[in-house]
Amino acid sequence: MATIAAVIASTHHPFYLRASTAAGEDRPPFADEWVAKIEAFRETLTRARPDVLVMVGSDHFHQLWLDNMPQFLIGKAPFYDANYYNEEREFGLPRMGLRGDEELSAYLLRGGIDAGFDLAFSNELRVDHSITCPIITLRPQADLPIVPVYTNIFAPPMPQPKRFVELGQAIRALVEAWPSDKRVAIIGTGHLSLELGGPRQFGPHGPDPEFDRKAVEWIAAADLKSALAEVSLDSLWLPGNATHGFMDFMLMMGVAGENVRADYADSLDLFHTMEAYFTWYPEGSS
Amino acid sequence: MSKYLVDKFLYTIDRDPELVERYRNDPRGTVDWWEAERANLILNIPERTTWLAFTEAEREALGGHDYVALFELGAHNFLLLTLFIAMFERDYAEPLAFQREFAARLGHWSVPYPDIST
Repeated sequence: MATIAAVIASTHHPFYLRASTAAGEDRPPFADEWVAKIEAFRETLTRARPDVLVMVGSDHFHQLWLDNMPQFLIGKAPFYDANYYNEEREFGLPRMGLRGDEELSAYLLRGGIDAGFDLAFSNELRVDHSITCPIITLRPQADLPIVPVYTNIFAPPMPQPKRFVELGQAIRALVEAWPSDKRVAIIGTGHLSLELGGPRQFGPHGPDPEFDRKAVEWIAAADLKSALAEVSLDSLWLPGNATHGFMDFMLMMGVAGENVRADYADSLDLFHTMEAYFTWYPEGSS
Repeated sequence: MSKYLVDKFLYTIDRDPELVERYRNDPRGTVDWWEAERANLILNIPERTTWLAFTEAEREALGGHDYVALFELGAHNFLLLTLFIAMFERDYAEPLAFQREFAARLGHWSVPYPDIST
């Protein structure tokens, strides 16, 4: 059976590449600390020696549009082109390309559908910064095949938070039962409190530091009971109008396993939003 | 109310560099052209929809680059921000100055914000 080499949950910040590569007076004052934290976080994936990456993220109205919006979608393709013109324009993200693991995609689709998730699929998917940000931070050589898993955290009506958790638990069980000798890392990115296109955007901190403090503790402890008791589709509008991305963290808590404390947890209070980084080693800390 | 169509306008303009410039430079002309020629194009098939149109308030808000009104009409916050950054960030000397002005002009709002459901 396959081995889950690491479970990783992270925020994704499209400004990291630009901040980390800026020099001279263009380099923001927080860049050095941010780079140091990312490099330490990257090591948590490197030392897990993964062969393939299952990548949970969300399309930001790039390929998926309101005329045909899936709730959960898995890519099944041999290759994924990545990043879009508006991400190049706004964030300076380069065009990228990532190999796909079609066998694992097909396996997760079949198994997920049979487990009660009516998953959509795509045979021609151009992934966006929700996938490429963690590649840039965690695996910048972009040398491993991926399986993209997209969730709708963007366009109401969205699935309930509980459903994200259940999908995470299903992905965990499926990967553990995959008849393969590969080492699989499951990586998902979401958000803590976040405001985009509203009155609380781009402040000195995230829009709701109290939510962030609680959320970081929920994630680090995989405290699904507390998270599910406090978080609902309605309540997630309150910490910031783009905070439904937290549901991807809840999915990853489902992957990690309820009440399993992260082996690595770190955070960084940036302008605009708080960054947070978590790694679990299901095999035991190596 | 046609929030979906407002979002479709923001989405289709934002992903086309020429249309971003055209909308920046000629908002009313671009909205009129887009509503007449593009509003009813289904995006990935060569067929047309027959029924989509802006309300007068939506047409006026788009034609006036009025992002406060668009927010209040329930335009999707991410689409709205992304396109308006593309058009106007360049006019401000300080990094994030446009984004902060955008926030300040919405400062009279607290949660719950207008519903973005389509």
